[in-house]
Amino acid sequence: MGMTIVEKILAKASDRDSVCVGDVVEPKVDLAMSHENAALIINRFKTIYEGTGLEANVWDTSKIAIIFDHRVPAVDRKTATDQGTIRKFVGDQGIEKFHDIRGDTGGICHQILAEYGYVHPGRVVVGTDSHTTTHGAFGAFAYGIGATEMACVWTLGKALNVKVPKTIKVVITGKFHSLVSPKDLILHIIRKLTVKGANFSVLEFHGEVIRNMNMSGRLTICNMAVEAGATAGIVMTDNVTIEHLREAGYEGDIDIVHPDEDAAYSKILEVDVSELSPQIACPHMVDNVEDIEDVKGIAVNQVVIGSCTNGRLEDIAIAAKILQFEKVSKNVRLLIFPASAKVYKEASMHGYINDLIDAGAVIMNPGCGCCLGVHQGALGDGEVALSTTNRNFKGRMGNSDAKVYLCSPAVAAFSAISGKISWEK
Amino acid sequence: MQKLIVAKVFGKDISTDVIYPGRYMATGLPTETPQYAFADDEDFNKYLCTPWNERDGAEFDNFAIVAGENFGCGSSREQAVSTLSGNNLTVIAKSFARIFHQNAINLGLNMITCPDIEANPGENLEVTRKEVRNISTGKCYNNILLPDAAQEILDAGGLIPHVRSRLINNQL
Repeated sequence: MGMTIVEKILAKASDRDSVCVGDVVEPKVDLAMSHENAALIINRFKTIYEGTGLEANVWDTSKIAIIFDHRVPAVDRKTATDQGTIRKFVGDQGIEKFHDIRGDTGGICHQILAEYGYVHPGRVVVGTDSHTTTHGAFGAFAYGIGATEMACVWTLGKALNVKVPKTIKVVITGKFHSLVSPKDLILHIIRKLTVKGANFSVLEFHGEVIRNMNMSGRLTICNMAVEAGATAGIVMTDNVTIEHLREAGYEGDIDIVHPDEDAAYSKILEVDVSELSPQIACPHMVDNVEDIEDVKGIAVNQVVIGSCTNGRLEDIAIAAKILQFEKVSKNVRLLIFPASAKVYKEASMHGYINDLIDAGAVIMNPGCGCCLGVHQGALGDGEVALSTTNRNFKGRMGNSDAKVYLCSPAVAAFSAISGKISWEK
Repeated sequence: MQKLIVAKVFGKDISTDVIYPGRYMATGLPTETPQYAFADDEDFNKYLCTPWNERDGAEFDNFAIVAGENFGCGSSREQAVSTLSGNNLTVIAKSFARIFHQNAINLGLNMITCPDIEANPGENLEVTRKEVRNISTGKCYNNILLPDAAQEILDAGGLIPHVRSRLINNQL
């Protein structure tokens, strides 16, 4: 029996010739990423060693990445103190891949991993963030875990109790309408699968649309694979991936993993994007997706463009082009969150930041606070947000009496001008 | 066998944002999180913050919440698990989202997957590893058992004792 991409990756990382769905394995981890929740991981990590008489040292200082992004700059005293604890641990242990709150090398964890070439095809990546699925865009098996499990990875260098997941093959064909983007595609896929349709499964993306898609789009699609419940999303490594990794400075081996011809899939989903219109995820579930025609005209109070889903240069560029020489509606607050310092700087060099400021947008520092409902853009009672982020659960932007709709950067930009959900000026 | 009383019944797709809102994520230790369980649901949060012996049903072994499919969807925050175990809740759901399910094993939450469960608040349940019996309605429902490896971790009280013993025995 042939194997899927993830089955092959898990077999190799577990020193086995093959694995089958349902096997329980302990794969070696190539990258272990966390953010501010590293404070909790450090506590759990030290707890593991209590009473063992052993010194608590991480298994490999080059394979751990810690990036501050969830509450930056610190939202309160506790966060600031925890960030200090993490800095000290990073220094004491000699952890190499650390990105502090900085205007030159900082950013949202998933964007930093992509920009710095930290994710390597054919490897296992774990992160204490559910959107770690993002890195399947590089042909790695990348998935989210909790803090306690991460403490164990720091100890053993392996992920424990990993049940080999089923794989759903998603074949995407056709040609996008000019205003339709990878974000609309993944919202459409989630609409078809539902929020639990891919639970305990991997989404393996295939087809001409994926082959012709740049890394930015692939990252958006894999980022939201988890919103269908998927363990991971994954795209085959090709020249687009390799070129990106080399430009990012990665000089090591690239392990290109293809699925076998006779690989077994639990399901095959075929999607033609030619007739796809912009998709909107309505409150309070990511699979509550409608065509824009069916929800246009809904008034919005806050528009958010950015995040690990849609905060890359390509996304900011689309928004800037639509908003150039226009004005944000007086009824709308438009918040822009570039995904990293590098994106921020490049958007500035291209003039996008100026165009957005002239239109009335507020340029925020890279971070997750607004999407997560921590700070930098909470909603008032009864308010409505339209956002390019990835979740719209009740209470998501800090208020359970507010509503969040999800969309592409283009729709967000048009809607910021009109003050209503729309996709034309 | 445990005797439980149903404290609350939820529908499907209850997200981690509902169980433990993101704004409390700076608070992480299992000892700190129980106070924020379902923080946006004022009534239920208040109920959970009520001392055990002042609640109706204090004579039972434990309080349970019963939920539909895909309980715990969304974020990887394990506070969503520690806030429930810290409140001594048994969680019975038709199914769980993957990361929540794994975190529940890793933290030793009393978690039962029972695909056909039907229950109402205030009803009494008798629970074994294999089945849930709703004493109030007389109906019995089969559970889905965890794989042995996962059950061992859960029974050991979670992943930390498991990994500690591997460290001590040099099983790396």
